[in-house]
Amino acid sequence: MLQIRLHGRGGQGVVTAAEMLSLAAFLEGHFAQAFPSFGSERTGAPVVAYARIDDKEIRTHEPILEPNAVVVQDKTLLGAIDVFAGIDPQGFAIINSAEPAEVVVPDLVKKLPAGHVLTVPATDFAMQKIGRPLPGAPMLAALAAATGVFALESVQKSFQSRYPGKVGDANADTAALAYEYIMNLKNGGNNA
Amino acid sequence: MLKQIEGSLGIAEAVALCRPGAVCAYPISPQTHIVENLGKMVKTGKLQDCEFVNVESEFSAISVSIGASAGGVRAYTATASQGLLYMVEGVYNASGLGLPIVMTVASRAIGAPINIWNDHSDSLSQRDSGWLQLFCESNQDALDTHIMAFKIAEEVGLPVMVCMDGFVLTHAFERLDLPSQEQVDQFLPPYEPREFLDPKEPISMGGMVGPEAFTELRILQQRKMHKALPIIERVTKEYRELTGHHSGGLLDCYNCDNADVKLIIMGSTVGTAKDAVDELAKQGIKAGIISLKAFRPFPYEALRAAIGDTKNVVIVERHFSYGARGILYPEVERALRGTGAQIHTAVCGLGGRAILGSTIKDIVNYSLNNKFSSEMTWFDVDTKLINSYLKDTEGVTLPEGPLPEDVLMDTLQKVRA
Repeated sequence: MLQIRLHGRGGQGVVTAAEMLSLAAFLEGHFAQAFPSFGSERTGAPVVAYARIDDKEIRTHEPILEPNAVVVQDKTLLGAIDVFAGIDPQGFAIINSAEPAEVVVPDLVKKLPAGHVLTVPATDFAMQKIGRPLPGAPMLAALAAATGVFALESVQKSFQSRYPGKVGDANADTAALAYEYIMNLKNGGNNA
Repeated sequence: MLKQIEGSLGIAEAVALCRPGAVCAYPISPQTHIVENLGKMVKTGKLQDCEFVNVESEFSAISVSIGASAGGVRAYTATASQGLLYMVEGVYNASGLGLPIVMTVASRAIGAPINIWNDHSDSLSQRDSGWLQLFCESNQDALDTHIMAFKIAEEVGLPVMVCMDGFVLTHAFERLDLPSQEQVDQFLPPYEPREFLDPKEPISMGGMVGPEAFTELRILQQRKMHKALPIIERVTKEYRELTGHHSGGLLDCYNCDNADVKLIIMGSTVGTAKDAVDELAKQGIKAGIISLKAFRPFPYEALRAAIGDTKNVVIVERHFSYGARGILYPEVERALRGTGAQIHTAVCGLGGRAILGSTIKDIVNYSLNNKFSSEMTWFDVDTKLINSYLKDTEGVTLPEGPLPEDVLMDTLQKVRA
């Protein structure tokens, strides 16, 4: 089972991202589950959501304390909350930032295997294509590129089915930019 | 049909498949998404011949549901927590009148202090309301139980509360298998009330009954509850044969063969517990799970059979009765009278505190190591938090770890003068 924890702030679509992640996995024939950490929803307040992917029925409903992957949609959380608490020593971390991972989270880069801690300028991509700071789709695409567990096309399809028309397509375009960015990084391209 | 959707949407779609004639509810977390989705279905025409009524309170929601049901249509509503409490007068009327309303309770704690998160104190506060109360362990179970609930309610002639854990289930996105409209139509015939209010042929319903007949009506209500047990079993069997879904029933056993301890659990904790006992099994620890589905009527005989000759029984309760004990405990004790089983209550998961796999393992080990000293013990307690209060005010402290009730009571003897 792959367990993913997503951190962000109210208004950034963190819960939607977790739901879309579960939908992407479902579209590929996996069992998947997504749920928010329930609280008083306020714009700007820290928000946590969870997702699980497995090839058999997911029965547990406990929150994820030992994630295989952590997605941080808002870099300003890094100093405020221990977003990487309990992370699997072989796990992945994706952080929304234009700066390299070695600069943003140097300690984590040393702790996890090479290429498992990645940054992606998801908000910049979202502003380019959607025109609003909604980093959910590019963050999921970056996770897809980093782990290979699910495909870019599934991320795009999940957003397009939830938001048919222009909004879904813009999210799909944003996802493509982030996917290419990480693949380029992995292959030692210009972003590396 | 397989869908990856929010639990609440799954429930709304299941209710729509049952072709209700009236849906009336007032929004309250964590139930709101269910009726929001039903409202949309009525508006878009996906759910036809259904009146969706907006009201100003839960008291009106149950009142409209009573009116609709008395008028001869299939009626549905949903609520939670303080909303359920605000309904209570109508809740009792619905059962007294024998109206087969189906209501979701997206279980949530009751204030004060205000808390929006899950436990079972709201649904269990209506233990004696005369409604059937069916608990669900997963979203698939909840979806299927709603469809069965209409059939059970209409056959028994009593309303049914379908209790599903708020947020944990209602807000979880999961893979759900919805039966087809043809399957549900085959399973659930149109509602045929024995009598209903009709302005053209007026009758009275709900008149005053004095001491000369009130007892007898109550006895007949109890008889309906007894009748409900085999009806739940039969309807479950029919539904399982039709859909292949292993949902519903009075209770369900997991890993129970040769178990050294059995945990009785209601609701979404069952799934977490199944994973936990599978992990324990790898260490040679044999723990079984009994998912208790029917709380009212209470399946005493089925539970006694499910426990068999197991001597260690722990009830995991997301609630307790102040000044008394666990709410399930007396029922389980009655079911197991004379078997010699040791029965204990483990209270955890109040007001949304997560019940983890580790919580379940702690409870199993506590039981198998004979550590239960009281009938009731609280688990996953932040002892420091209690002590920070008690030490200053009364000069006493509690030890770390699970908190048995006798230890809590002992502190009363040690209060500084």
